[in-house]
Amino acid sequence: MNESRQASESNKTRVLVARKLCKSYGEIVAVNGISFDVCRGEIVGILGPNGAGKTTTINMILGVLEPDSGSIRIEGLDLATHRSRALEQTNFAAVYAPLPGNLTVYQNLRIFGLIYGVVHLAERIDETIEQFDLVRFRDTRCGALSSGEQTRVSLAKATLNGPRLLLLDEPTTSLDPAVARDIRAIIREYATNGERGVLWTSHNMYEVEAVCDRVLFLSHGKILLEGSPKELLHEHGKATLEDLFITVAREPLTLEEH
Amino acid sequence: MVSWRRMAAITLRYFYLLRGSPARIVPLFAWVGIDIVLWGFISRYLNTVASAGFNFIPALLGAVLLWDFLIRIMQGVTMAFFEDVWSRNFLNIFATPLSISEYLGGLVLSSIATSVVGLLVMLILATTVFGLSFFLYGLLLLQFVVVLFLFGIALGIFASGVVLRLGPAAEWFIWPIPALLAPFAGVFYPLSTLPKWMQHFATLLPPAYVFEGVRGVVSGRAAPHAELAWAISLAMLYLIVACWFFARVYRHAVRTGLIARYSAESLS
Repeated sequence: MNESRQASESNKTRVLVARKLCKSYGEIVAVNGISFDVCRGEIVGILGPNGAGKTTTINMILGVLEPDSGSIRIEGLDLATHRSRALEQTNFAAVYAPLPGNLTVYQNLRIFGLIYGVVHLAERIDETIEQFDLVRFRDTRCGALSSGEQTRVSLAKATLNGPRLLLLDEPTTSLDPAVARDIRAIIREYATNGERGVLWTSHNMYEVEAVCDRVLFLSHGKILLEGSPKELLHEHGKATLEDLFITVAREPLTLEEH
Repeated sequence: MVSWRRMAAITLRYFYLLRGSPARIVPLFAWVGIDIVLWGFISRYLNTVASAGFNFIPALLGAVLLWDFLIRIMQGVTMAFFEDVWSRNFLNIFATPLSISEYLGGLVLSSIATSVVGLLVMLILATTVFGLSFFLYGLLLLQFVVVLFLFGIALGIFASGVVLRLGPAAEWFIWPIPALLAPFAGVFYPLSTLPKWMQHFATLLPPAYVFEGVRGVVSGRAAPHAELAWAISLAMLYLIVACWFFARVYRHAVRTGLIARYSAESLS
C-alpha cells in the first residue's frame, strides 16, 4: 500500500519514465537497456558521440520506433498501449525533420494544432508566432525560409500544444548565436513553469552546461554517466563538459570501470 | 476513439496545397475532361457506323466516365499520401497522436473532395455536350458508384502501403495500376470477349460487375442487383484487406525504424 502510494507520488513528479530500453538494427545494438526519467521543471540533456543512440532513444519516445524491449511512460501513460493519449502530451523539434516547405508557417501550425487538439487554436498560433519572432513570415512558405527561420518554425510547432514533454534533437544547430541564446531562454522558461519537462540533445557543450539541469552521457547505446553538469565535472576532474565529452567518446571503457 | 478533427487536419493540409498550386488543381479535371471529349466523339462515331438500336453513348462514354471516377478516387488517396512522401513529412506526422485509421480517414476525405471536382466536370461535359443521360441507369447508378468508390479507396490505400513499404521510388509501380486492371474489368467490351483465364480473374474484380451492368442496362436486360450486391461485398472485403495491409506495413516501418529514416528506402 505504502509502496504503491510512493510509486504514485513519484509518477506525479515525472513526465517521462523510460525503463530498460533496448533497440537493435540487425547485429548493431543502438540502445542497450537504458533507463532514465525526466521530471517536471527539468531539462535533461542527452549527450554522446555520433551513433551513440541519442536519436534512436528520441524516436522511441516519439512512438516512431518500437523498442525491442523496455517500456516508456509519458505522464503515467504507457506509450505501447495508450499511444495517442501519451503523444498528446509530447511534441518535438529536430533539425532533420523540417515542416513541409510547400505550406506557410500559419498553415503548418494550424494543421499540427488540429492534430494535437490545441484549444483556442487561432489565439495560440498568434502567441506562438510572436514568441518565436515569426510574425513577418506568417504567410511565407516554410521552404522559402532560411534554415534558422525554419528551425524557429519547428520550435513553434513543438511548443504549440504546450506539451508536458518536449523533445528537442539538436534544436539550435542552424541558429546564429544571438537567436540560439534567445531560444535557450524560451525553452528554459518553458521548462521552469513547473509542469513540463524537456529532453534535449546537443553537441554544443556550452549550451548544455547553460541549459540542462541534468545530463546523460550515452556511448554505444548505454548510459555511462548521469548527473548535473557541475557534479559530473567535479567527479571526473574535468575543466569543461567538452573535455568530459571527449573522454566519453574516446575512452568509454575508463568511465565504465569508474 | 477516432478523432474527426485530426482527420480534418489531413484533409485541410491537402486543401491548402491545392489552393496554392495550379499544378495540383488542373489535373483534377483536365485529364478526365479530355477523356470524356475523346470518348464522347468516338461513341458518336460508333453510333453512326454500328447497327441501329444500340447506343454507344451510355454504354461506352458512360463506362469511361465511371472508370475515370474510379481512377480519380484511387489517385485522390495516393496523391494525398504522396504529399507526405515528397515533403518528407512522415516523422512529423507519425510522431503525433494521429492514429493510422485517422490518417487513412483523412486521405479518404481528401480523395472524396478532389474526386467530386473531376466527377462534376465529367458529368457536365458528358450530359451537355454528348447527351449522356444517367436516368437510363436508374437507381443502379448509385450501386455502380458505391462499388467503384469502395474499390478505388481500397486500391489507393493498398498502393500507399506499397510505397510506404518499398520507398519513394515505388511510386512508379502505382501509376499504371488502373491500366493493368482495365483489360480485366471489361470497361470497353463484354467479359465474354476475354479468354477464359482472364474471365476467371475478372470475377474477382468488383468493377467488372459494374461495366457488365452498364452494358446490360443499355441492352435492356434485367437489373443485376444480386451481382452488384456481390461486387459491393467484394469491394468492402478488398477495402478491409487494404487497410490491414497498410497497418501491417506501418507496424513494420515502426519496428524497423523506416518511418524515421524513410528516404533510405530500406534499412536492410
